[in-house]
This record gives sequence, C-alpha cells and structure tokens, in this order.
Amino acid sequence: MKALILVGGFGTRLRPLTLTLPKPLVEFGNKRMILHQIQALAAAGVTDIVLAVNYRPEVMEKYLVEYERQFNVKITFSIELEPLGTAGPLKLAEDILGKDDAPFFVLNSDVICEYPFAELAAFHKSHGDEGTIIVTKVEEPSKYGVVVHKPNHPSRIDRFVEKPVEFVGNRINAGIYILNPSVLKRIELRPTSIEQETFPAICADRQLHSFDLDGFWMDVGQPKDFLSGTCLYLSSLTKKGSKELTPISTSFVHGGNVLIDPSAKIGKNCRIGPNVTIGPNVVVGDGVRLQRCVLLEGVKVKDHAWIKSTIVGWNSTIGKWARLENVSVLGDDVTIGDEIYVNGGSILPHKSIKVNVDVPAIIM
Amino acid sequence: MSLHVPHREKANGAQGGTKAVILVGGPSRGTRFRPLSLDLPKPLFEVAGHPIVWHCLTAIAKVPHIQEVCMIGYYDESIFRDFIKDASKEFPKIKIVYLREYQALGTAGGLYHFRDAILKGRPERFFVLNADVCCSFPLNDMLKLFESKDAEAVLLGTRVSEDAATNFGCIVSDAHSSRVLHYVEKPESHISNLINCGVYLFSTECIFPAIRSAIKKRTERPRLVSYPSSENLESSYMQDDDEEKSNEVLRLEQDILSDLADSKQFFVYETKDFWRQIKTASSAIPANALYLQKALQSGSDELAKPSANILPPVFIHPTAQVDPTAKLGPNVSIGPRAVIGAGVRVKESIVLEDAEIKHDACVLYSIIGWSSRVGAWARVEGSPTPVNSHSTTIIKNGVKVQSITILGKECGVGDEVRVQNCVCLPFKELKRDVSNEVIM
Repeated sequence: MKALILVGGFGTRLRPLTLTLPKPLVEFGNKRMILHQIQALAAAGVTDIVLAVNYRPEVMEKYLVEYERQFNVKITFSIELEPLGTAGPLKLAEDILGKDDAPFFVLNSDVICEYPFAELAAFHKSHGDEGTIIVTKVEEPSKYGVVVHKPNHPSRIDRFVEKPVEFVGNRINAGIYILNPSVLKRIELRPTSIEQETFPAICADRQLHSFDLDGFWMDVGQPKDFLSGTCLYLSSLTKKGSKELTPISTSFVHGGNVLIDPSAKIGKNCRIGPNVTIGPNVVVGDGVRLQRCVLLEGVKVKDHAWIKSTIVGWNSTIGKWARLENVSVLGDDVTIGDEIYVNGGSILPHKSIKVNVDVPAIIM
Repeated sequence: MSLHVPHREKANGAQGGTKAVILVGGPSRGTRFRPLSLDLPKPLFEVAGHPIVWHCLTAIAKVPHIQEVCMIGYYDESIFRDFIKDASKEFPKIKIVYLREYQALGTAGGLYHFRDAILKGRPERFFVLNADVCCSFPLNDMLKLFESKDAEAVLLGTRVSEDAATNFGCIVSDAHSSRVLHYVEKPESHISNLINCGVYLFSTECIFPAIRSAIKKRTERPRLVSYPSSENLESSYMQDDDEEKSNEVLRLEQDILSDLADSKQFFVYETKDFWRQIKTASSAIPANALYLQKALQSGSDELAKPSANILPPVFIHPTAQVDPTAKLGPNVSIGPRAVIGAGVRVKESIVLEDAEIKHDACVLYSIIGWSSRVGAWARVEGSPTPVNSHSTTIIKNGVKVQSITILGKECGVGDEVRVQNCVCLPFKELKRDVSNEVIM
C-alpha cells in the first residue's frame, strides 16, 4: 500500500522548536513526529511513503534512510515548487500514488492519534466507494468544519458545514484519509484544497464515507496543542498499560503519565508528573518539580527548579530555583539563569535568560 | 566612626556632657508600615536581627560619655518595657527612659514638653535621632564638627538624586564652612540635592529658646495653612479636627530648622555612608540589607559563617532551624524559631519569628511574616529596586506595584503557588498564583 504525508512548510507555528529541526523531526512523546506515522503506516502494510514538502530539509535525509531500513519502506520526497495547498501535492505524487489500483492513505503531519490504518483500509474496502475520511468527535463543533451524513446512512457523507452556527453534528475531519487512485483524476496540478474542492466533488457523487476515530486526536502544530496532545498521548499509553511509561510506583512519579528515556538521570526528592516526557540524556537535579511539560534531548534541569506547561528545547539548561510556566517554549540550547521566572516566554535558540520574563513575550 | 573625641569637661561635671533622644513616633504613624505594623510597632520591627530602634541605640552607645537616652513617642509605656529591659542589660552604661506624649506634639513640641527631663543633669548638648531612618549614624563625626565649629546645631545630611530631593528637607550649605544657609522642607522646586537625614545634634542653650520663640511666634500669628509634611516624620495629626491641638504641634523640620539657618551657628555634616528611610514596610528590605552589610564590614560575629550555601551577609537567629541544603543570602535575616526546609532558596528577604518555609521553595525580595508558612516549591517574589532608589514601588507593565512582596502575620502560601509583588494582610491563605495585588 501507499501513503502521502502532508508536511508542507517550515512549521512556523511550532517555532522556536522548528528553527532548529523541521517539524517532522521534533520529538513528540520521545519519538519524532514522522516516526509515529511511519511506524503506524508500516504496521498497516504500507510500503511506499511520499513526504509532500515545499522545501527539502537536508537534515531529514539521514533519519529517513534509517527509517526506510528499519521498517522496510520506500520514502520519497515530493517537493512543491510553489505551495499546492492540500490537494495539489496528491496530483504531484500521482506517479507513486497511482502506480497501481490499491487505495492510498493521506495524512496531515501535525495530527497525532492512535492511527487506525488497518481498520480504515478494511472499512474502505467494505463500502467500495472512492474515499473515506477519518472523523473525530469534538466538544465545540462550531470551531471546525463539521461532517453531515446522508439521512439514514451511518457513514456516507452528504456535505461539510464550515464553522456551523447551529448544531448539525459533532464529527469533524480529522485530517486522515484513504482514497482510491481514481480521486487523482479529480485533482488538477495547481494550488487546490482537498477540503474545499476535492471532497465536496466526491460527496456530490455519493462516493465519500466517514470512519469514526476511537480515542484521542490532536493537531499538535502549535505549542499549546503540542502540550495538550502530549497529555492525551501519555494517557493513551497509560490506558494501554504501556511498558514505556515509568511505573507509578516509582518514588518520584506523581499522578502518572510519565515517560522517561532510560538514558535520563533523575535526582533525589523530585516530584514528576502528571504528563511529563523526559528525553534522552536529560539530567534532572535534586528537588525538581515537573508537571505537564516536555524536556527534549540533552536538557539539564538544575536542583529545585519548577517547570509546568513548558516545552524545554534540546540541550537547554534550567537554573536552580527557576520557575517556568504558562506555555513557555525554549528553543535549542537556551539557558535560564538561577532563580529566574519565565511566564509564557518563547525563547529563541542559544539565548541566555538572566532577568524574569513576567508576562508572555518572545525573546529574540 | 570610632574616633575618640576630646570631651570638654564643664563645671557641671561628667554628667553634663551629651545625651541622646530617639523619636519613636506613635501608633498612628505606623500606617504606612502596614501590614507589618498591624502586629508590631515599627520601632520594634527587626531588621538585620534587631529592632529598628536598637540600631539607633547601638550607634549612640559608641559615643563616649553618653549616659542617658530618652525615647520620646506616644505609644503606650508597656510597648517598650521589654525592649528597654533587654537594652539596659546590653548597654549597661546607658540609662534608657521612655517619655510618653499623651498627645502628638510634633518632634519639636515633644522635645520642649520633656525639656526638664532632657535638661536633667545639665547636658551641654544632645543628639536627636528619628527612629525611622536607617543609616550608619556617624554621631562621633557630627560631634567632632560640632566641637570644631563651636556649633549650636549640626544636622546630618546626604546627597540624593535631583528628582528624589524634593521629597525631603533640602539644605543649602556653604561648601567651605559647612554652614547651613537655607533650609526648606519638601520644596516644590529644586533647591539642593543635599537633604536632611533626620539626625541632629543640638546645644541645649540654643534649641529650647529656639522652640520657645517658635511657640511664641505661633501664638501671635497662628499658622493658617498646613505645611507640606515631611516624609520621614509623616503624621496624621495634621488632619486632626481639634484645631487647638494641632496648634500645639511643632515640628523641627517645618517650624524650627529654617529659622535656625537664618540666625544660628548651624552646620551640616554630610555623610557618604548609606542612608534610607524606613517608611513603608517594603523599605525594611533595603534597611535590612544595609545594616547586614554594615555588620559584615565591621566583622560582626553575629552573622552566619559564609559557605557554599550561605552568601554573606546572612543573619540566622540561634533558635532558627535551617536545613544545610538551603541556600541563603545575600542580605537575609532569619528570625527566632523559623524553620527553613531542604533545598530552599532565600535571597534579599526577612523571614520573621516562627515562620516556616517548606522544601524547594524560593523566597526573593520578600518579607515572610510571623508564623507564616510557605509551601513546597512555592515562589514568593518581589522585585529588586535600584540601589540608589528611595522609592519602594516600581512600575510593572505600566502599573505601579509594590517592589517587595510582604506576607503579614500567619499567612499561608500553598505548595507550588507563586506570589509576586503582592502585599498580603495577616491570616490569609494563598492557594492560587497571585501577582501585583494587595490581598485584604
């Protein structure tokens, strides 16, 4: 089977992290975003993966070569010379996606969930129509494009209503699809939107179905959602009884959902959790309090620091008695001085912070 | 400061030398020291491990031959009873008496009212110290100037920034002779950046007649407008409805000093040492820092020994419990029976009696009130004020806030809670993060 991952641009919404690494290589739950997807696709029998990008990040090559070997898949870059929207990239990759009659998967690289690719393919095959999109239930449908089904049909989509003002349903497009190669004929090679143009056309031919997603779903394209998505992901690991999580019986674990790389070192008298990921080679000092935060590879947290709702970028150092909170995001190699307070600071790579950031600010 | 001043023995003998008066004010004056003055009169508030008024007394004890100190104020006698008992043991050569005003008479009015007590033993001269200033009190240097100029009055002056000067009594002096030529309390325009520190040395033969003539002048030509009040001698009695009463109020700054400048042998001793008012509760933090630094520089054995976790100067009361992993200093005072937990950080702060700070908490630029509790991983934080600033408020995001965070008596800060630039009245529990607020 085949798949296309819509990577797109530079991931500016996830800056300052994406100033250092392209978004697909940023670790989510201690695993690069793209790896979550490649792993799930490979497990569902996908052998050809296209990355639709509009720039070619050299740094990605070595990881992708590694993943090709590891999962026995073929990964190809499809580079847009001008942004082609969400449908154009499919046409651009027609050679691969249309090389046989088997349907292909399409997914947005920002979306994190328990990818049900095998079930999706089985369902798609069962109804025999052109396309199936995964939908997820949301609490506030008015903020999204809502899927409306044909009367008395559980899966066939009638239409989409963008930001509905009155309730028409609570299922939204989750950004993951399986489509027959015939769909490629519907798309022209120009900037075009799959949501606005392609899907309504397939709907009109009664050829589009929805597939309900079980479990969590999150677009983790920006820091606030990256943190919320981490909480959901860790909860799902807990629910599955994942052995990757640090056991709740560990002395420093507080409230569970704690994922610590085996190479990380944790000091004495810490209280960690809930919802914390600690990357490789991280060193956490004594008496440190961590909750709802992400420490990426090589971070050093000194004694008695307090970190909440913060993404600490690679190789950053947090000073003694520092306090970080309110969706602070530290880029690569940032240093936060001893006793410094950071409230919602976005701090660009290689900065050293010596005075408090009292109100949310970007520190260039 | 330790200069030995040749002492002129007059016919009236050793007793007729020098006395000192400490003006301690009264309960109505302490309002700006709230919330701390809600539980303790300001002169007894401890900075650098000792009551504010103790620092005055220590300076006085360094002047040779002073045998008597009069504390004048309008607090109840019982307030200072224990302090005077303890101080009398510590300074056995000095007799300390408390003279209570039953109505606020003003600084000059109070001196005049108690003139018999002050003149007892026929002192030639006496110091007057306002208890609410914090400085090195270079009394011996003032005395030296007094002697060399054959002065009738010497006041202590210090230079402040031009924009700060108009908040104080401003002095114009002759650069060569140090004679005071002109004195204006809180002028509207810039007069001079040499200001009155609130510490004086008066000849008895000069000051009482000067006050008497001021009273006479007042009776003949009653004051019609209220004078702008002196910052360090802030008093609420000017708002007193009882006009007869307020007519009796005479203050050194407004009513006496400017006349002295006109006609008398009036000199200024300009100190280059530190000087601050202890006006608002926040000003206890710079005062604490300055007195601790003074103790450090003079090699005081009261201070905690420097180490990796003790950044000097730090005062730790012998009955306080400080975990060895806690890092304290600089400029920290820990009061009696206070408990400081493991991995705690305290910097530029005062932790009062019986307060407890739990493990891994961080306390910066703050005053932790008596018996208050700060939870684990909590952060109680004020902001540093510029070294030469005489103000204790700062502008944060366009809003004027208290620079120092103050927790009154028996307040509680929950685990992991952050309190920033807040003043918290006694007996409040803070369970959520707060910043830039006064918590009633």
